[in-house]
Amino acid sequence: MLVNAQDPSKAKALPAPQPTLLMRLQADNVARMVFLLPSVLLVLFLAVFPLLASLYLSVSRIQLVRGGFNIEFIGLRNFERLLSGSEQRRFLGRFTEFNLEHWLVLGAVVLVMVLMLINYVRSPRFKWAGIPVRLVAIAFGAAITYLLLGTLTGRGLPGTLVVTMIFVFAGVTLQYLLGLGLAMLLTQELPGKRFFRIVFLLPMMITPVGIAFLFRMMTDTLQGPLAPLWALAGLRNFSWVETAEGARLAVVIGDTWQWTPFMFIILLAALEGVSRETIEAALVDGANRAQLFFHIILPEILPVSMTLILIRIIESFKIIDMPQVLTRGGPGTATEPVSLHAYNIWRAGDWGGSAALSYLLLIVVTFVALVFMNSVRRRVLEWV
Amino acid sequence: MMKRFFATSSPFAPSPAWRIFSYALLIFWAVVVLFPLYWLVITSFKLPIDVSQGPKYLPFVDFQPSLHAWEYILFDQGVTVTRPYTNTIVVGIWSALVSLVIGSLASYGLTRFTYRPKPALVGVFLALAIGALAAVIAGVPPLVAVAAAIVLFFLIAQTIGRRFKGTLTNNDIAFWLISQRMLPPVAVVIPIYLVYQQLGLLNTHAALVITYTTINLPLVIWFMRDYFASIPFELEESAFIDGASRYQVFYRIILPLSTPGLIATFLIVLVFSWNEYILALFLTGADTQTMPMLVVAQNATRGPQWWNISVLVVLMIAPITIMALFLERYIAKGILVGAVKG
Repeated sequence: MLVNAQDPSKAKALPAPQPTLLMRLQADNVARMVFLLPSVLLVLFLAVFPLLASLYLSVSRIQLVRGGFNIEFIGLRNFERLLSGSEQRRFLGRFTEFNLEHWLVLGAVVLVMVLMLINYVRSPRFKWAGIPVRLVAIAFGAAITYLLLGTLTGRGLPGTLVVTMIFVFAGVTLQYLLGLGLAMLLTQELPGKRFFRIVFLLPMMITPVGIAFLFRMMTDTLQGPLAPLWALAGLRNFSWVETAEGARLAVVIGDTWQWTPFMFIILLAALEGVSRETIEAALVDGANRAQLFFHIILPEILPVSMTLILIRIIESFKIIDMPQVLTRGGPGTATEPVSLHAYNIWRAGDWGGSAALSYLLLIVVTFVALVFMNSVRRRVLEWV
Repeated sequence: MMKRFFATSSPFAPSPAWRIFSYALLIFWAVVVLFPLYWLVITSFKLPIDVSQGPKYLPFVDFQPSLHAWEYILFDQGVTVTRPYTNTIVVGIWSALVSLVIGSLASYGLTRFTYRPKPALVGVFLALAIGALAAVIAGVPPLVAVAAAIVLFFLIAQTIGRRFKGTLTNNDIAFWLISQRMLPPVAVVIPIYLVYQQLGLLNTHAALVITYTTINLPLVIWFMRDYFASIPFELEESAFIDGASRYQVFYRIILPLSTPGLIATFLIVLVFSWNEYILALFLTGADTQTMPMLVVAQNATRGPQWWNISVLVVLMIAPITIMALFLERYIAKGILVGAVKG
């Protein structure tokens, strides 16, 4: 994908080659192409061109005929169907009636974003070129707020997009907090440290499909290992995975089980990198544990944390195998993420709709990632 | 280091109570991680009746372990299981190797050469690509459209192209390659499916190897670029003075020096290919099914036969898990190289 090639925050600067003999050797123009071209071609042919073709598919109706397929241009009708037509209920969800409180919350969110814009206009960083991007971001932010308010409160029901966002938000938050906690515990000098490190890393290696089965066994109220507990709670003949909330919880638990190790292992390294002298100096000055954490340790690990969270957000938006096996997207479509939705309607023969849906997912992921990188990350790093 | 600090060298050395508390939490999480795996393994040794009667926890105490399910999966099922297993191994190893080779080459290029592509030319290239695609859709033979586009591109590049201003840097290229990781597989898989269908590649190992190579490439470049950047240029210079070529230097000096990084990257990429599910779902048929698909198929056709499913899951995760146990340090280091500095 060709996003924001100018963004310097992700592509960090590597030192330029020294102007030495090596520079003269750069005359070997063939070699430099031999090194880089295979990757570029592979990405062009399997990512960029398919992405362009997908864009075309998303505005077409595709019919399979003997020995091939027919493609018919139908304009934006696929998108229309998803955003306001027959697929709206599944993709966006059912909206509740808006009352005064809803409008107030929405207004407040928009107001904050507008204030941020005004702040930007008055800051020395201001450029006219920055305005359109920010206006688009505000519109997008308002739309997402409207969507969340409408489908998560009152009589609203979340569609696959909001369900995906719930998975991303709940999963990444839990994984980060658990990973950080475990890493903090293991920075102490305790016997058996290596054992815990290895054990904690394990879930990351296991196939999501396998994990989904594991948790289907774990959540079984009759045959699962926790059955006595369920019986005790009087839930013996009741499968909690069959309620929308329970099923979503199960998916988040499975995802958290798998990806906490990723956060853990990197945060552990970051914590071990915090200089001991600084900590000792703070202690001599009489800092307590909380002060130590918030003023010394947290600022040190925040940059790494931001990168980690960004990676996990991006990866989580692609979630599909865990819910597919654990709950098959059900009950109804309560745990169906967008990827699974796209796959299901592809299976049903609606290729154009599937492509359109994937594009909408891509737009949301890109938007969230860009906002996170350029707004959240920058603010957090400035704050410390 | 913090670890030492918490332990001894400060007035805040952990009291015995804090120590016990820490252990309690650590053991709790170890149980959370290990218990499902334990349950998986013992379930694979249960008879159907031991599962349906409600939970039984201890082999030899609660129930008599039996090889029933293992025999069923390994002998009775025969090729239904062994074929996906070999598929997974073949596809996993090949795609990991290929992406490692291609990605390392690119990483070396990006750390040792200076590339200066012009954004305007990239735009021209994309416009021509879209044009060619549109022409193909409109009925022009694909070869003609592609050839015309290539000729046009070189014409423009050699004439007007020289006047374009502004260049992209190595870091832009690296960012572009790495950001491919953001792409949801569902967004590209349908065109890939159609192209494979036209080329007769559907339902072959090659289809999966090529696709997995592409999705793993960003990870390889991300890790190996840092690795190669940390190898001093001086090491290569003496070899150049002795008359070695780029390729010899890369093969004889750079690759041997980065063996640990290569192993770590290989393992991580292998895990991703081994576990991949969604692309396999689109791109494989009965003959090229991989293990994750076989496991999911149990779900659909047979209802929850936990004993058989457990055997399959154990078979699927055993190689990767055992590898992870022995090579934990490599893997952890590999992940760290990418993330901490990124």
